[in-house]
Amino acid sequence: MTVAAVSENDVLDALEAEAIGVYREVAGAFRRPVLLYSIGKDSSVLLHLARKAFHPSPIPFKVMHIDTTWKFKEMISFRDRMAQELNLDLVIATNHDAVAEGITPFTHGAHEYTRIMKTVALREGLDALQADCAIGGARRDEEKSRAKERIFSLREPGHRWDPRKQRPEFWHTANTRLAEGQTMRAFPISNWTEFDIWRYIRRENIEIPQLYFAKERPVVERDGTLIMVDDERLPLRDGEEPMMKSVRFRTLGCYPLSGAVESTAADLDTLVTEMLESNISERAGRLIDGEGSGSMEAKKSEGYF
Amino acid sequence: MTELLTRTTALDEIPVVRLVTCGSVDDGKSTLIGRLLAETGSIPEDQLEYARRTRRGGSTIPVGEVDFSLLTDGLEAEREQGITIDVAYRHMYLPNGRRVIIADAPGHEQYTRNMAVAASNAEVAVLLIDAARGVRPQTFRHLTVCALMGVKSIIVAINKMDLVGYEHATFEELTGAVKAAAARLGIDEVMTIPVSAFAGDNVTSASTRMPWYHGPYLLRALEEWTPPVVVETPFRFPVQYIVRAEGNFRGYAGTIAAGEVRPGDDVMVADSGVSAKVARVVSFDGDLALARAGEAVTLVLDREVDVTRGDLLAAAGADAAGNTAWPQPADRFSVDVVWTGEEPLMHGRSYMLMVGPRSVPATVTVVRHRRDVVSGQQLAARVLEMNDIGRIEVATDIPIPLDSYATCRDTGGFLLVDRVTADTVAAGMVTHALRRALNVVPHTYEVNREARARLKNQRPRVVWFTGLPGSGKSTVADATEGRLHALGVHTYVLDGDNVRTGLNKDLGFTPEDRAENVRRVAEAAKLMLDAGLIVMVALVSPFRADRRAAREIFADGDFIEVFVDTPVEVCAERDPKGLYAKASAGTLPNMTGMGQDYEPPDHAEVVLDGTGDLDANVARLVELLVGE
Repeated sequence: MTVAAVSENDVLDALEAEAIGVYREVAGAFRRPVLLYSIGKDSSVLLHLARKAFHPSPIPFKVMHIDTTWKFKEMISFRDRMAQELNLDLVIATNHDAVAEGITPFTHGAHEYTRIMKTVALREGLDALQADCAIGGARRDEEKSRAKERIFSLREPGHRWDPRKQRPEFWHTANTRLAEGQTMRAFPISNWTEFDIWRYIRRENIEIPQLYFAKERPVVERDGTLIMVDDERLPLRDGEEPMMKSVRFRTLGCYPLSGAVESTAADLDTLVTEMLESNISERAGRLIDGEGSGSMEAKKSEGYF
Repeated sequence: MTELLTRTTALDEIPVVRLVTCGSVDDGKSTLIGRLLAETGSIPEDQLEYARRTRRGGSTIPVGEVDFSLLTDGLEAEREQGITIDVAYRHMYLPNGRRVIIADAPGHEQYTRNMAVAASNAEVAVLLIDAARGVRPQTFRHLTVCALMGVKSIIVAINKMDLVGYEHATFEELTGAVKAAAARLGIDEVMTIPVSAFAGDNVTSASTRMPWYHGPYLLRALEEWTPPVVVETPFRFPVQYIVRAEGNFRGYAGTIAAGEVRPGDDVMVADSGVSAKVARVVSFDGDLALARAGEAVTLVLDREVDVTRGDLLAAAGADAAGNTAWPQPADRFSVDVVWTGEEPLMHGRSYMLMVGPRSVPATVTVVRHRRDVVSGQQLAARVLEMNDIGRIEVATDIPIPLDSYATCRDTGGFLLVDRVTADTVAAGMVTHALRRALNVVPHTYEVNREARARLKNQRPRVVWFTGLPGSGKSTVADATEGRLHALGVHTYVLDGDNVRTGLNKDLGFTPEDRAENVRRVAEAAKLMLDAGLIVMVALVSPFRADRRAAREIFADGDFIEVFVDTPVEVCAERDPKGLYAKASAGTLPNMTGMGQDYEPPDHAEVVLDGTGDLDANVARLVELLVGE
């Protein structure tokens, strides 16, 4: 018996339909949902899916970006252009107190910095909007502890994630009810893999920041990782001299914490091919997760995405 | 007129297959899943490297080789304990391009509940049997849950064939046993494959060590899998969201749960029985000529009909037997449930029933039986506890169109949700509707409540006194009634103790009996309210959820909760019925305030100081009930 081939498009169609279903459930069940937008490739897909879910009406909720003030300059200009082109109701949340106190990735270590600039800013940003549901782009293939994450993930008062309080998810029926003080996080692309994201970006022609594509950029090599010198705030260590290298980024975040990979993939097709060959989990390039096994879980318990 | 789009997916092509795995670590499940994932390139290289370097205590696999069982670990706590305790989802790329989403429900505690979750979306189950140990009780548990949750295809991996010398006879014997067990549960499609997850036989490639086996290896079986032929369910479309846009656009957004839809099709709003034609099937990429089950679309109808979120659009017309193609609304259902809540099921208590985007209040009216998951026997039961499977009857507050679960999982399966904690306490699978709503149109009488109240010249209300035994509920109620009576007001007092000698004499003092006690008293009070009376209920009613359920059967403003707040020491000292003395002596285990907790109200309309002046308390209530 021969085995019939299944086309890549059909897999993407099924994943797309599931994500749209999650979006519509969120919009129908919650009073003040917020879409968390981080400017990266997953967020770009998320935004595209939101447009599809509510077509022909505009996206019926606010879009929030957590700005640590240490993002790549290109990300911020991309964000602002997208907000304008897609007519997004964009809210920017920053922990200004921490900025005033001079907290940077260099002074406080990656974990503490992330807690203060991202987790705290996220919690405060959501509270300020009285958001009852935050939509995020987490995927189950990102990290091992994510494999247990629900599509609708409950947060206790204070945005705390308690693994024992998570609700069983039967069929496509989501229990979206909240008790006093609880909020929800929803992950429409839970079941997508990194390859799905790239293939979908290619199929749907979704615009993403140029940082994903290889280009000559000024970098320094630090502890085995290539860090881009995006502005003059990066303190150079003794003997460090920025050099031009053809690099790209697999994930985008705060530039001092985002490791670049050497690559010449300057377009999507080459990029997808390169990715299929390398097969390294993408968070390996993200410095904040490396601090001890299970650190993603610890961050989630505090309210991180 | 723009051209309509048609998507290309062939009908029998299943691009994404959802799979549930059944078995324990002892059966070699982690190793089997790990090997499948690793050898299909579904695991990133750095995670493979971790599984080459890391070793758990007791592992015999040499460092440098992949310990497949390490690949499927999840939460930190589990890693430490060496067990997994929840449902994990993993992705597998099949060589033919198909995607498999594996729902893995391992663990020992809460096993039935987790496996039911994992199976609820699964089309296929891979069930492991340890060839050396044979069919065990847990095998029956796995098959029972699969059958209950509607998993129709089961692939049995008879594992550890290396430990039984790759013997054909062992394989045949186990195949016969498991097929017989499955057939008893109504599962016909069972395939058995002899494998060794540890040695790699028949997992991702054909083994040469079992020449007597001619069937497919596991990975190939997953590539080849096609759904069993079943009777096609007509169109089902739960409306999730109403899309409104410029140009008077009004569309109904949702995901097709069954069947297919084309422009021009007749559809029925199953809730109201109003029909319309589909004018457009809208998607972001353009209008569609056809959309099938699983697709998320937006429907525009040809006329204005009343449709809200949660309503069901379904195929119009009738089948050959004359049954309507859409489910008719009903308000009583016979249901199989898996109880998932930490608190046991209480009949008489009101829950929210959620099916897709629809939520309605519902009450469990009867517990028919509990099912022993290993023996399959039906056992008499009055309650269901976490991980129990049983048959119950559910009454919804309003009639709703539900399918049977066998007809459609997404329109015949529902959640029961606790109204206070918002926890999911059960998953229900409708076996059939017990009472069509058409049969229960309530008779409307000429003389109604308003007429009776007018004649009495009073506003009927229910005053619900709650508080500890000995707090003074009956005393206050009695004195209030005395005063009202003197003012010419028609009243009645329903006293907890008095009711228990008659209407409720079959009930005890367990939490579930207390729930039923409260429910009956509330219903009796409702009849009296309808008769035009001011009803005073003096009932300990210690649980918030029960009082809330009582409140919910009344219209806003008709129900006044009065909390008689008296410290427990004072109540114990008064002890008018000698209950506290008995409880202290240990002869009254369920005594509220002693053996059972009393949950004070958060939002009572009136809080009376039970140690305060009786006349003042009575005056306050009289003012509230008949004052201006």
